[in-house]
Amino acid sequence: MIYHEVLVVGGGLAGLRAAIEAHDAGCEVAVLSRVHPVRSHSVAAQGGINAALGNHEKAQDDSPERHAFDTIKGSDYLADQDAVEILTSEAPVCIYEMEHWGCPFSRTADGRIAQRPFGGAGYPRTCYAADKTGHALLHTMYEQTLKRRIRVYEEWQVVSLAVEDGRCYGVVALDLRTGALEAVGAGAVIFATGGGGRIYGNSTNNIINTGSGMAVAYMAGVPLKDMEFIQFHPTSLFGNNVLMTEGARGEGGYLRNALGERFMEKYAPQAMELAPRDITARAIQTEINEGRGFPGGYVHLDLTHLGAERIMERLPAIRDIAINFTGVDPIYEPIPIQPGQHYFMGGIDTDSTGATEVAGFYAAGECACVSVHGANRLGGNSLLETIVFGRIAGRHAAGYVKGEGGEAARSGLAKVMARVLGETEKKVLRVLEADGPEDPADLRDELRETMFRTVGLFRDEKTMTAGLEKVHELRERYPRMGLRHRGRRYNLDWARNLELEGMILVAEAIAAGALARRESRGSHFRTDARERDDESFLKHTIARLTGDGPRLEYRPVTITRWEPKARTY
Amino acid sequence: MAKLDIERIRLKVYRFDPETDREARIDTHDVPYVDGMTVLDALFHVLEKIDGSLAFRFSCREGICGACAMFINGSYRLACETQVARVLREGHRELHVMPLPHLPVIKDLVVDMTRFWQNYEAIAPWIVTRTADPEKERLQSPAQRKLIDEYVGCILCGSCFSSCPSVWTGREYLGPNAMMKTYRWVVDSRDDAAVERLGRAGNEKGAWRCHTIFNCTEACPKKINQTSAIQGLKRRTVAAMLRGAR
Repeated sequence: MIYHEVLVVGGGLAGLRAAIEAHDAGCEVAVLSRVHPVRSHSVAAQGGINAALGNHEKAQDDSPERHAFDTIKGSDYLADQDAVEILTSEAPVCIYEMEHWGCPFSRTADGRIAQRPFGGAGYPRTCYAADKTGHALLHTMYEQTLKRRIRVYEEWQVVSLAVEDGRCYGVVALDLRTGALEAVGAGAVIFATGGGGRIYGNSTNNIINTGSGMAVAYMAGVPLKDMEFIQFHPTSLFGNNVLMTEGARGEGGYLRNALGERFMEKYAPQAMELAPRDITARAIQTEINEGRGFPGGYVHLDLTHLGAERIMERLPAIRDIAINFTGVDPIYEPIPIQPGQHYFMGGIDTDSTGATEVAGFYAAGECACVSVHGANRLGGNSLLETIVFGRIAGRHAAGYVKGEGGEAARSGLAKVMARVLGETEKKVLRVLEADGPEDPADLRDELRETMFRTVGLFRDEKTMTAGLEKVHELRERYPRMGLRHRGRRYNLDWARNLELEGMILVAEAIAAGALARRESRGSHFRTDARERDDESFLKHTIARLTGDGPRLEYRPVTITRWEPKARTY
Repeated sequence: MAKLDIERIRLKVYRFDPETDREARIDTHDVPYVDGMTVLDALFHVLEKIDGSLAFRFSCREGICGACAMFINGSYRLACETQVARVLREGHRELHVMPLPHLPVIKDLVVDMTRFWQNYEAIAPWIVTRTADPEKERLQSPAQRKLIDEYVGCILCGSCFSSCPSVWTGREYLGPNAMMKTYRWVVDSRDDAAVERLGRAGNEKGAWRCHTIFNCTEACPKKINQTSAIQGLKRRTVAAMLRGAR
């Protein structure tokens, strides 16, 4: 059996940062990823990463405290404030470290890291590399893992987490190329498997963001937290929902409806286009729903006044994307955009060290919920979370392996892994041999359509109840599906439909959490309960998987310095 | 994007499983056409509705992750950002989708990139500095940053490597990507290892194996002029040798 002291699952920013930290702490580390690391979704992040560096002329008196306040207000007070303070105070250190590692940030005239304004932020504090910041960071991080010769299992998909008596022993994974199922034991496991955007239709996310890590943890008994909080990005390309960065508005872009109006003045008269994403996305959808959008359902992101030079220098990638996919050159014409599912604020329930309630099992990045984003994440804070909490999780996992965890976990290792491998083998073969009448592609499409329509930007009891019923129906139909191909080698039909079960279970947790939360907070907006209700719902939702679906519990929010106030922009 | 008045598009796709097939074949599928459809969309239609055994790589579907570089109607392209309509406008009547040429096939459109990754690693593609890290950032002027701008846009898709005749014939050649990335570090104002980097690249395994055929530059979906970077490496290698000789 394969064994690693620290096993990181996921090769994006959080995973690689965790692996580097555990390696530098003296552990033997491997990364297991379903794609080559540079193909991970971090690469698609565009606009930037927040840190109170004060490099912008208008940000001289910015500080981690102000960054924390903006983040907490942005979260609609659901973020744990102690965790947010870690996020924002570690931010400058982590950004400078990435720069020292060679990250090609854009620069100010005097050679410092350039920063731009972003939504919901009091100062221009979003560091960027043109509009390819995730790409710049991920390639830099990958270079550092190469330098350390950290082993990567490429194109391996985790199917099960091995847990017994509250302790994690490793994972069972499918090697896509051979089709073999392998037990991988570990002193500690860190999940950095990203979000589950593809559980939704109209998603900006890459195709592999199926929430599989969240689902695997959930199925192993680890609870998920705050799953009902789904971010819809205001500006995704009309038609295929490719992201059009918030940096486009940070650079001065306007949103206009079909009447040519800058409608944000009705919704956020101070912040205008740079209101937080929940408010801006709902504003756009309201314009469309009330007939002030363009036929088909979109509005315009207008950059034409910025000029060719600024667009070519600061926003070259979204220009290419707009030209490639819609034939629109943003230098001359406004870009057709609509809100698209973008981010999971919720995820695997962790504390601020990345630890879960299972000893030796950690999570970081979008798959985790620390929580630093609460009910609505600010743009530029997700990349930041990956490197700050990837690093923290790596350090704590290493500490666990070197301390109490290591030897104790190894004593029962072989037995536990053999059991979990056997169970997982049965499960994956059941899927491979499935020959029922249901087409899994239809199940996936129906799930995605249902989630966007019923647990989307605007929610209400009746629609969500119908949505949850539909998800239950899909759960019933899943075992009756039939696969088209039964070979083991590089069988995408198998690999993708294996994780469809998890997508359905995670969708159920989202819908159940949303139904139970009878208030509006951040991204969770209910037309039948339009106000925030701190009395009843200033608390985290915890979902545990049972035989009948999720069982919900609640946990208080940590408030340190900032008492909840009304949230206006 | 202009609308096309067609209902279906004919897709011819390369199929080969080296463990079971004696030779490769081309499968033909007529796929329903919708406006805005990309080559990747067409492949997914085959996978999900026609033949679940088709293997291909994918991830971001927006041209930034580099997973889906393929040889499509005679050109190196990313399947995800290649509109079917554009291929047809070029005068083609059907789609021809092949794996990256000159790389071993794992299955169908999935190729073995091991040599590409090994060569990339061989050039030590990480920053090397001789001074202690400052408390804040290392300063770099916008003009200095501009020198690396083109090269840091590389998505490591392997198109250049697959297209290079010197790679096909010279097993030892590290390839255009590795050379371009070497140059990226040589011209980065923050890096202090130019001498070692030129030493690694200024030999028959490196820059001198490039015969300025420009295939890599033509193949690059991100429009990076790799040949020009390799020429830059040659100039600097010679300059360093001359300095050494004095």
